Amino acid sequence: MDKNDLKVCLKAENITKIYPGTVALDEVSFNVYKGKVNVLIGENGAGKSTLMKVIAGIVHSDEGRLLLFDDDGTSKEITIKDTNEAKANGIGIINQELSLFPNMNVYENIYMTKEITKSNGTLDEAAQRKGAEEVLKKLHHPIPVDTLVGNLRVGQQQMIEIAKNLIIDNLKILIMDEPTSSLSKQEVDVLFKIMRELTASGISIVYISHRLEEIMEIGDYVEILRDGKYIADAAIKDVKLSWIIKSMVGSSSSYSKWDRKIDWSKKDKVLEVKNLNLPKPGGGKLLRDVNFNLKKSEILGIYGLMGAGRSELCECLMGLRKEHTGEIYLNGKKIDVKNVSSQIKNGFAFVPEDRQSMGLVQCLDILKNFTLSSMDKYSKHGVINKKKESDACDSKIKDIHVKVARKSLPILSLSGGNQQKVVVGKGLLTEPEILLLDEPTRGIDIGAKYEMIDIIRENASKGLSIIVISSELKEIMAISDRIIVLSKGLKTAELTGDEITEENLVLASYKGH
Amino acid sequence: MNKLSKKSQSDFLMLLLKGRTVIVLVILMVFFSIVAPNFLSIETLFLIAKHVALYGILGIGMTYVIITGGIDLSVGAIVGLSGMIVGGMIDEGVVINALGYTLYFNIPAVCIIAVIIGALIGAVNGYFITKFKVAPFIATLGMMYVARGLAMLRSNGATFSNLSGNVALGNTGFEIFGRNIGSTPIPVSVIILIVIAVGSAFILNRTPFGWHIKAIGGNEKAAEISGIRINKEKIIVYLFSGACAAVVGIITASQLMAAHPASGETWEMNAIAAAVLGGTSMAGGIGTVGGTIIGAFVIGVINDGMVMCGVSEFWQMIIKGVVIVGAVIIDQFQRDLQTKMALRVRNDN
Repeated sequence: MDKNDLKVCLKAENITKIYPGTVALDEVSFNVYKGKVNVLIGENGAGKSTLMKVIAGIVHSDEGRLLLFDDDGTSKEITIKDTNEAKANGIGIINQELSLFPNMNVYENIYMTKEITKSNGTLDEAAQRKGAEEVLKKLHHPIPVDTLVGNLRVGQQQMIEIAKNLIIDNLKILIMDEPTSSLSKQEVDVLFKIMRELTASGISIVYISHRLEEIMEIGDYVEILRDGKYIADAAIKDVKLSWIIKSMVGSSSSYSKWDRKIDWSKKDKVLEVKNLNLPKPGGGKLLRDVNFNLKKSEILGIYGLMGAGRSELCECLMGLRKEHTGEIYLNGKKIDVKNVSSQIKNGFAFVPEDRQSMGLVQCLDILKNFTLSSMDKYSKHGVINKKKESDACDSKIKDIHVKVARKSLPILSLSGGNQQKVVVGKGLLTEPEILLLDEPTRGIDIGAKYEMIDIIRENASKGLSIIVISSELKEIMAISDRIIVLSKGLKTAELTGDEITEENLVLASYKGH
Repeated sequence: MNKLSKKSQSDFLMLLLKGRTVIVLVILMVFFSIVAPNFLSIETLFLIAKHVALYGILGIGMTYVIITGGIDLSVGAIVGLSGMIVGGMIDEGVVINALGYTLYFNIPAVCIIAVIIGALIGAVNGYFITKFKVAPFIATLGMMYVARGLAMLRSNGATFSNLSGNVALGNTGFEIFGRNIGSTPIPVSVIILIVIAVGSAFILNRTPFGWHIKAIGGNEKAAEISGIRINKEKIIVYLFSGACAAVVGIITASQLMAAHPASGETWEMNAIAAAVLGGTSMAGGIGTVGGTIIGAFVIGVINDGMVMCGVSEFWQMIIKGVVIVGAVIIDQFQRDLQTKMALRVRNDN
């Protein structure tokens, strides 16, 4: 494929998007080539989804412009205020989270907000039904259009999402944000076939995926982002997978290596997990026969793709998944995981993935967010000793360097990185033996990331045993003494020392896909 | 300089917003004391306080419930049921058919039994809400009908009108809760309100339990992950609300010296209004006992003040409605401002 064969149909120029605390996109440009599968890749937080949302009118860029090209090469600048305007310009998006209404049937979903009406203003159901049947036939998925969408399989729902976009008049560009993350292999094959048919008919596809092998199969052209910045672009047939991985994670490690020189064989096992299984609602398993152990003062990394079962593993250990089976030994003694409060008493602490929805209580101040898990420690006869509580909070603020003007301020007054430190501090205040960290550096700026890594290392050298989940290769490689890799609920690798390489981690994370 | 003045401006606005219910209360008092000349007298104020005690106690229980993100529609019916339990036990006693005689309890025992039953009904609400995931609105709506039905069944809809008791049976003295203390103008019910208010304000601010329920209402998932026993604490909150309602039932029956099965009807709405006027957020997580008491006073002053001015009951309803919705609009405005101020602190750092 020569670059001259490529015709640009949409150009995003120098797009910048700033969120409080982070620059999500830093002067990123992106070309959508006509009739091609344009792949956008990068690690979590690289800015892929944000860029797509800018193009689809879901978020607004702070700087930069969008140019739409006609077939004859003339361009015009467009501004997209919302998804309706994007649709008017022939741009459709399929979001990572499906945006269907499970309580409505197939054709009602397909025509939502684009309803066909009769002259008297009522819905023309017959026309919608016919249109829906036609579009689904085109997609080789003749699903009965009266079926409730909630009763369809995820793969079928994905088709409805595509069908919704195909009825846009004059659809030029279809953005697909990780459409395959919940599809089976067969469903992925069908999806790829449809994608090729769409591109053959002149529709341009923008494709985001974490599954790199898929990209090699379906992609025509690739652009790589890292930390909100443009890194490289190339035609897929000219490049190798290893080049893509290297570009994604960066060549020079920005994290300092930490060589601990500890003979782990001499350390005691603090935690041992045997045959951990977690059933999936509706059949299948989220975790299958997972075995691992954790040693005193060790940092154990867990790597894997989205949906590999990483968070679920921590949730099992924390008592949030009562349906799990398997044996858990704490310091050699088998424990019965009842609920979160009993696990906290057993010496576990958990920092969840999403600090806004699972970590913080937004209506409480900084102090109470710190002490929420450990209040009983500062209480006598059920009454809180305010001085004790305040002192404990102060010492933790000092310990993990949280920038706090006053502890009585709302939690929202802190930056993302400092909010995250509060969630970690809340866990540390329970004086745990084992700390579970689920994506502790997600959505915080780079400086805060380094500080978080320092906090993790400091506590590990004080004797705390830590399990860290991270999607960032460089990060997990830098902090972990040992890494286990999960793929589709199976443990596919356990790596120590020199075995810990990008290649090994990435390959193990795809096993079984 | 500009920034500073903007900051102090919003600080001042915040102060006004936070004190809004007090400001409204003062304005209402001034207004009524001008329009109704005998409004500002000790007797009138204590009369208002006597009425306010009822909404206030219900409102405190309701505040706890709303803080967890729930609602309790059954409190009015529990008021009626608890009055009927007390009334029946004093008037008819407890007939034990198998043994063929009737048991009479003394007044403290009667009251304790009524409060325990109210608490149990509340606990059942909490049990259905937590164990079976019934929406609080529905669970307590169902309980509202059940409790009211039980109240009616107790006497087949009739009123127990002889609550003076009998010296021979040792169950006299029930009128105490409706009277004043000795020869002072202070109603006993106001003292009960103060005791409950101080206790529950202390619990809300100074105990882990109080902060735990705020956390549950603020972010239930985060509260769970923090190790808070959500189900247990919610059940306790509904239990408390039921017990508060039973106390109000006792006071009401004592004030009238009669127990009527329909008493307390729609009082749950007054309780909700008092809580909301006092700044309790219907979304959960935010609320104070002091605020609710002031909210109850606003409602009480509107009710009694307008009666004294001769305003019709129909207008009272309209004005109450406007005040409540207005309070929530201001509340929303305050939250937005609070968020903006917090974000400003964040950007300054």
